Amino acid sequence: MTEQPILRVRGVSKSYGRRIGCADVDLDVYAGEVVAVVGESGSGKTTLLNCLGGNLEPDAGSIAYRFTGDDWQEFLTLSESRRRLLMRTELGFVRQNPRDGLRLRVTAGANVGERLMAVGARHYGRIREAAVEWLERVEIDAGRIDDFPLAFSGGMQQRLQIARNLVSGPKLVYMDEPTGGLDVSVQARLLDLLRRLADDLGLAAVIVTHDLGVARLLAERMMVMRGGRVVESGLTDQLLDDPQHPYTQLLAASVLTP
Amino acid sequence: MNAPALVLEGLSKSFTLHERGGVELRVLDDVSLEVRPGECVVLQGPSGMGKSTLLRLAYGNYKARTGRILVRDGDELVDVASAPPRRVLALRRGTLGYVSQFLRVIPRTSTLEIVAHAARRAGFDAPRAEARARAALSHLALPERLWELPPATFSGGEQQRVNIARTFAADYPILLLDEPTASLDAANAARVLDLVRGARDRGAAILAIFHDRDAAVAVADRFFDLSAARQAV
Repeated sequence: MTEQPILRVRGVSKSYGRRIGCADVDLDVYAGEVVAVVGESGSGKTTLLNCLGGNLEPDAGSIAYRFTGDDWQEFLTLSESRRRLLMRTELGFVRQNPRDGLRLRVTAGANVGERLMAVGARHYGRIREAAVEWLERVEIDAGRIDDFPLAFSGGMQQRLQIARNLVSGPKLVYMDEPTGGLDVSVQARLLDLLRRLADDLGLAAVIVTHDLGVARLLAERMMVMRGGRVVESGLTDQLLDDPQHPYTQLLAASVLTP
Repeated sequence: MNAPALVLEGLSKSFTLHERGGVELRVLDDVSLEVRPGECVVLQGPSGMGKSTLLRLAYGNYKARTGRILVRDGDELVDVASAPPRRVLALRRGTLGYVSQFLRVIPRTSTLEIVAHAARRAGFDAPRAEARARAALSHLALPERLWELPPATFSGGEQQRVNIARTFAADYPILLLDEPTASLDAANAARVLDLVRGARDRGAAILAIFHDRDAAVAVADRFFDLSAARQAV
């Protein structure tokens, strides 16, 4: 098999003074797959995600993207404007707290349309059409397109943030605890949506979660982090059902319904 | 005779329990076994002998301690025990089917979609996948009014039939079946055994566990006794 990844991460490290954020992380991600990064608070999983998504500058390592042909782009040496363009087109970043990932002073429709405008869309009717379509895909009533995000429940805000990220058809989305703090029914909707986007549109996602049940249902591959380092990685079901590393065993044994 | 589709070579499995001071549980020791296309091999031995463990190893759900698990994928033999995760996932999509006793699915997905999805992943186009899903669910006599519902609220027997329909709709050349008739009544168990025989007659290589001796006898071409395998070492 000669299949190539779309993301190749090598030796990514980030420290905060003397404290290790993440250290020496390698990761390949392929189109259409969901990879889960799990670990407890302070394990470095969010630091890693922020490095990959351009919110934090790593101290060392390489983050290479390949979205067209054999053209690898080293993210860490791209100009600021090229990076921003990438973040608005091929990449998405869904934050744990939707209020950090939404613009609260503009309407739901404008939140979704913004990325389209950023890449040059000018036709108001078509932008609105795309916004309506995506609101419906994330199961937000299109009648609320002119409401402000603060008028939405937490679960709706999270779905709005996802629509905002996916409207421009990114190839890879980073998600930081996207289902944390949501009602289980809303969480189920999100899982279903993400799985379908990966299967039908070839969307790839790296999702940071402490919920091993979410990891099992959504991600075929998983990486376990502790103290900033990857302690074990592989098939999600194998890591959960036959964990090898003592820390993975502890994690898997601590879940009520893995 | 045709080449085997599944070869287990010197397979051993133990679990190291780090939380219990590193105690090691040995479950399988040096098991070797071949299954050919068109053959159904039934694992035997008292519970605790590692029958389910053997199937999980073959599916890549457990990690082997030593040995090889060779799976025929077209012209290639892939060792599940050492292949990279994405290679194992590719085998699971189109080559290796596994029926466990649990149905784990994303909530809110309809039964028909769960079954059709497995067929699409195995390479059937959407209309054929749906037709195969309908055929499998009908064969297993799952009432049609349930097809549009997610299986979360179904009975154990209904969920088990969804699980089986999913695997047979995908038409895998290798099947690993862990007590597929366990929670079914006699009529439904007979329907499942029908599917197993049908798959075998079409050339599938089948490795199975049955709690019920009559079911085992009905489909087995050959028995493999794990307790004998253990004593032999």
